[in-house]
Amino acid sequence: MKQITLDIRSLHVYYDSFHAVNNVSMTILEHTITSIIGPSGCGKSSFLRVMNRMNDLVPHARIMGEVLFRGANIYAKDMCEIELRRRIGMVFQKPNPFPFSIFDNVAFGLRIQKKHNKTFLRERVEESLRRAALWDEVYDRLHQSALELSGGQQQRLCIARALAIYPDILLMDEPCASLDPKATKRIEELLEKLKEEITIVIVTHNMQQARRISDYVAFFHTGELVEWGTSEDIFDHPQKQLTKEYTQGLFG
Amino acid sequence: MRKSADRLFIAGALAALGVALLTLSSLLVTVLFDGLSRIDMQFLTSFPSRKPEEAGILSSLVGSIYLTGLTALIAVPLGIGSAVYLEQYAKKNWFNLLMEINIGTLAGVPSIIYGLLGLGLFVRILHFDRSLLAGSCTLALLILPIVILASREAIRTVSHDLQHGAFALGATESQVIRRVVFPLALPGILTGVILALSRAIGETAPLIAIGALTYIAFLPDSLFAPFTALPIQIFNWVSRPQPAFHENAAAGIIILLVTTLLFNAAAILIRNSLYSRSARPS
Repeated sequence: MKQITLDIRSLHVYYDSFHAVNNVSMTILEHTITSIIGPSGCGKSSFLRVMNRMNDLVPHARIMGEVLFRGANIYAKDMCEIELRRRIGMVFQKPNPFPFSIFDNVAFGLRIQKKHNKTFLRERVEESLRRAALWDEVYDRLHQSALELSGGQQQRLCIARALAIYPDILLMDEPCASLDPKATKRIEELLEKLKEEITIVIVTHNMQQARRISDYVAFFHTGELVEWGTSEDIFDHPQKQLTKEYTQGLFG
Repeated sequence: MRKSADRLFIAGALAALGVALLTLSSLLVTVLFDGLSRIDMQFLTSFPSRKPEEAGILSSLVGSIYLTGLTALIAVPLGIGSAVYLEQYAKKNWFNLLMEINIGTLAGVPSIIYGLLGLGLFVRILHFDRSLLAGSCTLALLILPIVILASREAIRTVSHDLQHGAFALGATESQVIRRVVFPLALPGILTGVILALSRAIGETAPLIAIGALTYIAFLPDSLFAPFTALPIQIFNWVSRPQPAFHENAAAGIIILLVTTLLFNAAAILIRNSLYSRSARPS
């Protein structure tokens, strides 16, 4: 039986009076890929941003309920969100590499932890780029600007940047939304490999993608968790009519 | 029909540009004509004098360079610090809104008012007297709003996506500012600083208001030394009746222009080298 990494208990998210996430309870298991699916505005991105407290940066956001990361409530007073974000990484919808060199992008998370040893940085940058399946494409131009990379490469660079500080969980907010099918396929293959080492939670609009890569799928609708279970449960034997209609593409 | 209207518009725009260029170039030509022959080593290395042919601009040139440098040292850190606070930390409440409106207004206050403020505050209350320090503090106040506004604008252009990317890697607020926001906003901030300092170097009114002297036959040796500056010297020469002094004024204007241009060129070079370095390893 796999360990529970994240345990979400009756979570509510409000923006002012808007109720974005309504009473969601679910668990995320270690070394699995959990996909969050649902139509636009269903609260799946808000839900994702709760888990590494990126929602703290949104003005007027309010959270109720509990999120336990390995048993510790991440919204407890003594929990440091900086420390938490170092253990729960995030990859965004639009690739957002810093306009620095490829090397400096991957080293960023280490340098802010005051790790400046040159040999250490070089080794960790190479290792992270290899884990993100980008090394072979960039090893001879590490000191060129990251902005010269293609969209798919930039997104893998953002994954390498997140991996460099050894997070336990990687949260991904529609990471393939702006990529072509070929770049998307590379990222999907990468995630398959990565889940042996880390836990992945991915928000996606793409039903086929969710089906291809997920162990578990959670279906959100208007802020509520309609249904969650194994990929097979949700796609082949959904319990709720709404889930069935959505996964078959009847609405979106 | 549409084409001829287009042509008319372009012609109008060109004419407008022509008026500006003509005025500027006729000014430049007159000044060069009057003053160029007066510029030599004697002019650059002499102190002011009652005899126009013996007078020079050494003390005012050095005074202007010290004054501008000191003004930059005071105004730039204060201005950037204020901008960082207002953009990154300040909450949107009535107090900060009031402050924002006031900074905008301050940028448009006539410089003589700053001169009077400097006279009251720095010269009288703080007893800096008519010193280099009093002049620099006054000019720093004068350009502070410009530096703040330009820096805020530059900081605002740094995308939130990048800042969130840094936060998601466990960066603290100050790390995000130091390592992401600041380096990316720096070229824009420097552009604002260049504009502001170009204004400071040519200001006359506030310096006259705080009582900067025109006859200074020595170089300032401390922050509290009396000083003079190029615009004051030029103003003084222009107001003399003898035509020979007017030649000196023209020569002084050329030196002021060249100083400003050199200063801007240096700042632009620094900015460009910073800009291209941001894509290389640190």
